[in-house]
Amino acid sequence: MAMTVPRPKLNWRERLYLPAIVAGLAITFKHFKNMLFGHTKVTMEYPEQKPDSRLPDHYRGAPALVRDEDGRVRCVACQLCEFICPPRAIKIIPGEIASTDHFARVEKYPEQFDIDMIRCIFCGMCEEVCPEQAIFLRKDYAITGFTRAEMVHHKEKLLEIGGVIHGVVLK
Amino acid sequence: MADQTPFPQLLNVQIDGVWHQFPKGTRVIEACEQAGSYVPRYCYHKKLTSPGNCRMCLIEMGFPRLGPDRKPELGTDGKPIINWIPRPQISCAQDVSEGMAVRTNSPLVKECQRGVMEFLLINHPLDCPICDQAGECRLQEFSVDYGDSKSRFLENKVKKPKNVQIGTRVTLDDERCILCSRCIRFCQEIAHDDVLGFVDRGSYTVLTAHAGKALENNYSLNTVDICPVGALTSTDFRFKMRVWFLKETKSICTSCATGCNTVIGSREDVIYRQTPRENDHVNSCWMCDYGRLNFKYLEAENRLLEPQIRFEGKLVPADWPTAIAQAALQLKQFAGSEIAIIASGRMTSEELWLTSQLVTSLGVQWIDIVPRRGHGDKILLSKDRNPNTNGTRLILGSKSEPGAKLIGIADAVRSGQIKALVILKENAMHLGLPVEQLAQLPGLIVMNTLPNDVTEKATVVLPACGFAEKRGSMINGKGRLQRLNRAVRPPGNARDDWEILHDLLQATGGGDSLSSVDDVFRRISETVPQFVGLTLSKLGDLGVHILAIEELPPMHPSDGEAIEEAIAIQARRRGVRPASA
Repeated sequence: MAMTVPRPKLNWRERLYLPAIVAGLAITFKHFKNMLFGHTKVTMEYPEQKPDSRLPDHYRGAPALVRDEDGRVRCVACQLCEFICPPRAIKIIPGEIASTDHFARVEKYPEQFDIDMIRCIFCGMCEEVCPEQAIFLRKDYAITGFTRAEMVHHKEKLLEIGGVIHGVVLK
Repeated sequence: MADQTPFPQLLNVQIDGVWHQFPKGTRVIEACEQAGSYVPRYCYHKKLTSPGNCRMCLIEMGFPRLGPDRKPELGTDGKPIINWIPRPQISCAQDVSEGMAVRTNSPLVKECQRGVMEFLLINHPLDCPICDQAGECRLQEFSVDYGDSKSRFLENKVKKPKNVQIGTRVTLDDERCILCSRCIRFCQEIAHDDVLGFVDRGSYTVLTAHAGKALENNYSLNTVDICPVGALTSTDFRFKMRVWFLKETKSICTSCATGCNTVIGSREDVIYRQTPRENDHVNSCWMCDYGRLNFKYLEAENRLLEPQIRFEGKLVPADWPTAIAQAALQLKQFAGSEIAIIASGRMTSEELWLTSQLVTSLGVQWIDIVPRRGHGDKILLSKDRNPNTNGTRLILGSKSEPGAKLIGIADAVRSGQIKALVILKENAMHLGLPVEQLAQLPGLIVMNTLPNDVTEKATVVLPACGFAEKRGSMINGKGRLQRLNRAVRPPGNARDDWEILHDLLQATGGGDSLSSVDDVFRRISETVPQFVGLTLSKLGDLGVHILAIEELPPMHPSDGEAIEEAIAIQARRRGVRPASA
């Protein structure tokens, strides 16, 4: 449907344009002054300088698996993260913990846990959905590799990034 | 005798304020469901008796107030005034009666459901992340629908045995059990193998197999299906895949002539489980463990993946046009009397029809299927382990018993009368055929899914599909035409059986072009009177009854046994392993 956009009625001050030009130039001069006296930092010299120390707490970097205080991989392979993952970056093959194992009561563990970091969009839904508090988005952001295969984080890599987390999983 | 009259007596029942009519004998819980007010239940299963022990299906019930004249008193709106029973009633153990009124969502009912849910959950472990039932768990679902979001239970939960192998195929977790007794009743009433029971009292009650016994019957995995929680889980399916990932394809079981209706659960072309699908004409809600687990061979390491042709004495991979052309060439150089076809009762009707076209086109006289008989039970498992024996009778038009001509074929191969042998989906090694002579045949065309001793001697090997990889129809032992659907794609270069037969038929100069399996079915419906008016789609999920058993060629079990015996004797005489069922 065609629609006519009403033009604003400008008063004489606005029609003069000068106040707007002056206001704009004032901002330009403010930046110019800040530059001259070194108040504005334009470029961070990455990778010599890194933003790591200044990353906020809620920063979402690479997803990773964590171990608990006893060294057990917290993940029980419920595959909810695999289900929720929007770009389908996660692939889990569950396994059964042997009845002779110290953690036999937990019954289930991820035999394989792969996150394809080419696909990962760092949305954090895996962390949000995890009922066991086993997957967290860490602050690792420089995920690089020469091949597609290198970009897939396997279980070992994920645990290496994740480390150990303390605290009780309420069950 | 009300249920024997064509129109059973209809009773007026008020459900949530609306009057409905139900036939006499309808359970209140079923009536409510039919009226659109689903009543949650754990212990009630429509195919089992109602013990009424879970208390989840509590409803409010009432009857019309009767005046002194024993007539219902009418209110100002002209409707009967209902006298409500002050306490809630279970709806699973009572039939509807005239004038009955039911409330399924009154405050009292909701309070009851909330209370029952709270009681059921006090000792239930919260191990949904590792529980295989998660995703199809009634406790999960009803907890969301009717329960509270928080637990008020501060005490310690009762510890019970976990991960108990209650039978070879079933794993029991007693902590998850809500004591609904469905599995116990199933074993008593359906499987006739009374091995399960409750021991101990109160909160410590556990489900267990009777001392010295185990849940080993051939129907044990049905207890896993009917278990509303994750107490009984399939050892085979345990921790393999979460159920919400499974693509569910309605199909039928092809392990015997019963043709139980199934749902095939697959993900990314891998089958993870098979579960029964309700069809009161065939299998009710059940299927046997043998049929249920009989899908593993589809993922066998040694599946035939490439067409192969014999070149300079060795089997070499070929592409499909070459293999089909080679097979057609080998068939065309012989007269019909020099060709024999061994088909299979495991083929679909469409494949059998194309085979029959091949028979007509080549003028083949020797055609038979391999009988496959096993132990039958009185429940579901049929003695006839071929799923489509009736299809072979109807479509191949064989008048004799399955397997009757096999001895003749074997003798004709031995005497050198038969020069080309086509073996479709069977292992012909144990049929008394002269092994040493098979390798000498100028044409031995084998279509199969798995390699066997005969494929090694073949001149052309055509890799085909398993039951879950194709669409088609089969006629079960009671004459019901049912449909198979494709759940997974065939591996490698294997092709749909009907396509292979169709191409072979065309390459030998017979038949005309058909573009889909539905077209093949349409052709059958034009030629076979029992199929008239049907299409593959029209069969629906539950199939269509097309054969009265009297229409079938007479079956003499004794004859069948005699033939098998003869084959076995022949095989023994030649030092071949006897026919395996």
